[in-house]
Amino acid sequence: MLNYDLVVVGGGPAGMAAALKAKEEGVEKIVILERAQTLGGILEQCIHTGFGLHYFGEELSGPEYAGRFIELVEKTDIDVFTDTMVLNISDSKVVTAVNNNEGLMQFQAIAVVLAMGCRERPRGALSIAGSRPSGIMTAGTAQKYVNIDGYMPGKKVVILGSGDIGLIMARRMTLEGAEVKVVCELMPYSGGLTRNIVQCLDDFGIPLRLSCTVIKTHGKERLEGVTIAKVDERLQPIPGTEEYIECDTLLLSVGLIPENELSKDVGVELDRVTSGPVVDEYRETLKPGIFACGNVLQVHDLVDYVTEESQIAGKGAADYIFGKKKGGTFINTKGIDGVRYIVPQRVNIEGTEKLKLYFRVGQVYTGAKVVVECDGEILSSRKKVKLAPGEMENVVITPEMLAKMNENSEITVRIEQ
Amino acid sequence: MKKSLICVSCPLGCPIEVEIENGEVVAVTGNTCKRGDAYARAEITNPVRSLTTSVKVENGMYAVVPVKSSGPVPKDKMFDCMKKINAVTVKAPVKIGDVVIENILDLGVDIIATNCDPGI
Amino acid sequence: MTYDVAVIGAGVVGSLITRELSKYNLKIALLEKCNDCAMGATKANSAIVHAGFDAVPGTLKARLNVRGVELMKRFCKELNVPLKNNGALVVAFFEDEIHHLEKLMARGEKNGVPGLHIVGREELVALEPNIGERAVAALVAPSSSIVCPYELTIAGVENAVTNGAEFIRNCEVENIQSTDEGFVLGTTQGEIKSKYVINAAGVYSGKIAQMIGDNSIEIIVRHGDYYLLDKSQGTLVSRTIFQCPTIMGKGVLVSPTVDGNLIVGPSATDIDDGGDVATTSEGLNGIYTSATKSVPAVSLRNAITSFSGNRAHPTTDDFIIGSSSVNKNFINAAGIESPGLSSAPAIAEMVEGIMKELTGGMEKKVDYNPIRPEPVRFRHMSTEERAELIKKNKAYGRIICRCETITEGEIIDAIHAPAGARDVDGVKRRTRAGMGRCQGGFCGSKVVEILARELGVPMNEITKFGGQSKIMYDRTK
Repeated sequence: MLNYDLVVVGGGPAGMAAALKAKEEGVEKIVILERAQTLGGILEQCIHTGFGLHYFGEELSGPEYAGRFIELVEKTDIDVFTDTMVLNISDSKVVTAVNNNEGLMQFQAIAVVLAMGCRERPRGALSIAGSRPSGIMTAGTAQKYVNIDGYMPGKKVVILGSGDIGLIMARRMTLEGAEVKVVCELMPYSGGLTRNIVQCLDDFGIPLRLSCTVIKTHGKERLEGVTIAKVDERLQPIPGTEEYIECDTLLLSVGLIPENELSKDVGVELDRVTSGPVVDEYRETLKPGIFACGNVLQVHDLVDYVTEESQIAGKGAADYIFGKKKGGTFINTKGIDGVRYIVPQRVNIEGTEKLKLYFRVGQVYTGAKVVVECDGEILSSRKKVKLAPGEMENVVITPEMLAKMNENSEITVRIEQ
Repeated sequence: MKKSLICVSCPLGCPIEVEIENGEVVAVTGNTCKRGDAYARAEITNPVRSLTTSVKVENGMYAVVPVKSSGPVPKDKMFDCMKKINAVTVKAPVKIGDVVIENILDLGVDIIATNCDPGI
Repeated sequence: MTYDVAVIGAGVVGSLITRELSKYNLKIALLEKCNDCAMGATKANSAIVHAGFDAVPGTLKARLNVRGVELMKRFCKELNVPLKNNGALVVAFFEDEIHHLEKLMARGEKNGVPGLHIVGREELVALEPNIGERAVAALVAPSSSIVCPYELTIAGVENAVTNGAEFIRNCEVENIQSTDEGFVLGTTQGEIKSKYVINAAGVYSGKIAQMIGDNSIEIIVRHGDYYLLDKSQGTLVSRTIFQCPTIMGKGVLVSPTVDGNLIVGPSATDIDDGGDVATTSEGLNGIYTSATKSVPAVSLRNAITSFSGNRAHPTTDDFIIGSSSVNKNFINAAGIESPGLSSAPAIAEMVEGIMKELTGGMEKKVDYNPIRPEPVRFRHMSTEERAELIKKNKAYGRIICRCETITEGEIIDAIHAPAGARDVDGVKRRTRAGMGRCQGGFCGSKVVEILARELGVPMNEITKFGGQSKIMYDRTK
């Protein structure tokens, strides 16, 4: 058994930021367990730029952003095990992991930070009819083939889903010589950043079809084509709008799912909407000493927010380890009227620091107000030019606001049009 | 003449209106920062984009290493740049920031590595 | 090449026949038109070892099903294939349907199915708390089991190859000539001569029989769609839940699988092309609606994949097993639809018997080994066992598929096993890598890498399931 103060599961941006923050706070023995061969997580294959504007004040590529944190980790005495898979976390915070160098390892931790990231929703979850040829994969898998392995997964491409990964891959495949025929989006709006629609699709004349989906795949061995169709308000295909598109590759960018199998096994309670753990403002789950941050907690669109969130978790874990754990009275936050969820789900009303509530909306709003309310009193109300499901928003809660609350209070965030 | 643009300078994606008279930009509105103004003016006169791709590695841990342009390149030169980059092979070890192609196509922009490859 | 026996088709029937015959001093070839065994109806069916109450008494189906249930236990034990005796229920949703249950029970008793009884709503709910509220009664069949059909098939082929049989992939039989010495088969792998031919070609068995002028077999391709749900749903029911059967088959079932997932299906539509395994939205919607009648908690939110299979429905409604009327040395094992998986061990036994008669007795191999060693299953091991295993071989310390906890060592074993995996789906069926909730999103590219390395070919030559099913094209640069 190896004894550590803090075990961080996952060495992507979340895990590294949490570990570094805990180190900065004075935690001595920290280990990061990473399943890939290097630290950096999914950023390693996100070779486009656009990362780090908030945190570093410049636009970095994924590997560069990760690289800055990797360099910082290397300067510390934080232990790192790569190519190492965590198999289990026990109730008493024994983390069992395995790799082919050290074999099976068990780490006794005082605190654990969950930073496992997320995975892509596969085809099976979509029930697209048709054959099962090769050439159908998630956009992230294609991204790995192209950017890490250096292989082209196809030449004529249809992309389902206009999330950022789908948009980025449309440009990436085009630059490498593929013909991207169309990007179909089930919803009436894109799930990706507007600038990605401009520079990944418009720049190359790739059509984006909203309210449109792939209903069937064709081809016995290799994909030969797909049938797409328009959908109605209930997102059901409209008969008569079917169109056959010849292609050898279908990339799916249809959502990300926080990877919480380990969390579930150790009994961490999950939020039904985020599919991530229920946490308080220190990013501690309902299991004392187990923290969560990054895409395992909620799917982010900006890595800078991941870093910010993970530093909070790292600080929280450090406080826990030093026995400086905050007592207090925790109340719930709740998203209503267009606000799908809020992280953190719980807030300490005895907290003395300013905190942010992060949330996402369920549809596109223009010129709507974000209203924060507690016990019938409006705490803040701000007009936003645009709110979209693809972009995470936040509101600030000050200690002054918290001071007025009691154990029965509930903070709500809603959209007012 | 008015033209609507979406700024791609940062993830905010501000909607910008550009007023053009005789091919000259006379007013930029809707941007929330200076970069937006610069973007809008460039987009009318000489649209540019930063380019990211990868380059082949010899003796690398990986087959390819990612690269980016050190500054934006003209939009219509992107595929020419790709051709040039695809013809190049770098030798491992590669470090972040290594110049892979100096002054590509005389555009005044370098192609630099954005990840390291320690080699095999 | 010249053989004593050529078995056409490496589905569960062909596999187990080959294995039974590999006991004897015979030169056997198992010919498969795909890149792997278990690629037809075998890889896409309900995965149930039926108790045997469905088939009409006196038919081959009835006899071989009940015998198959008995033999399946020994086969699975020898081949180290998990078999779980979970029992089955046929649910009646109206009082009217109860007489149907009684009919099934009477039929089952005639067929020799043990332990059949009918329970009312109260007892039914006690057995399966998630059963639909309209269920009024059910027939209980305690001897029904679940097994993984492709695992059984793969194990059978492996064992047969270990005992000297030859497995020839990508070998489609195009024509057959009868000669004085036996048969000459024209195949995509060249000419193959054999004294005896066994036709286990599934949906193509009619076509194969026609090659020797035997036009007696007429096969209708019956298409069925299925959903497979996440392991979190695998405990919604503990037994296999059937509805009262219809003219098209046993209807939609909801069942745990032996690996702990939940399977829902099949639909049933007759189609023309035996190779068309495209799922249909009508089929998928239909089974969902029907399944929720049995178990309302079934939710497609938890579907990890959908797939479809084609069963070979014979127009005679019964299995066609025996020497062809055209040439007695050509043995048909055709029209094997449900309960084909359940009957497969008994079909193999029956064909073995036919061969004994035709040859006037076959000589047993002295070194025949009926045991297929159990593959390493890291996911089922204790922490101590895992630590020991990795000490012996480091490749077991590297997890490739995190959803199913599959190690690199297991994948390497699967590739180098007798008749081992040659493609990504082959690795998946042998190890479960890529079978989990992310459906290979994370491990797919690593499996390609390992296959390429172990087989000594470039990554872009690796396919999903042979033929043109390439995963990647050329290098980007």
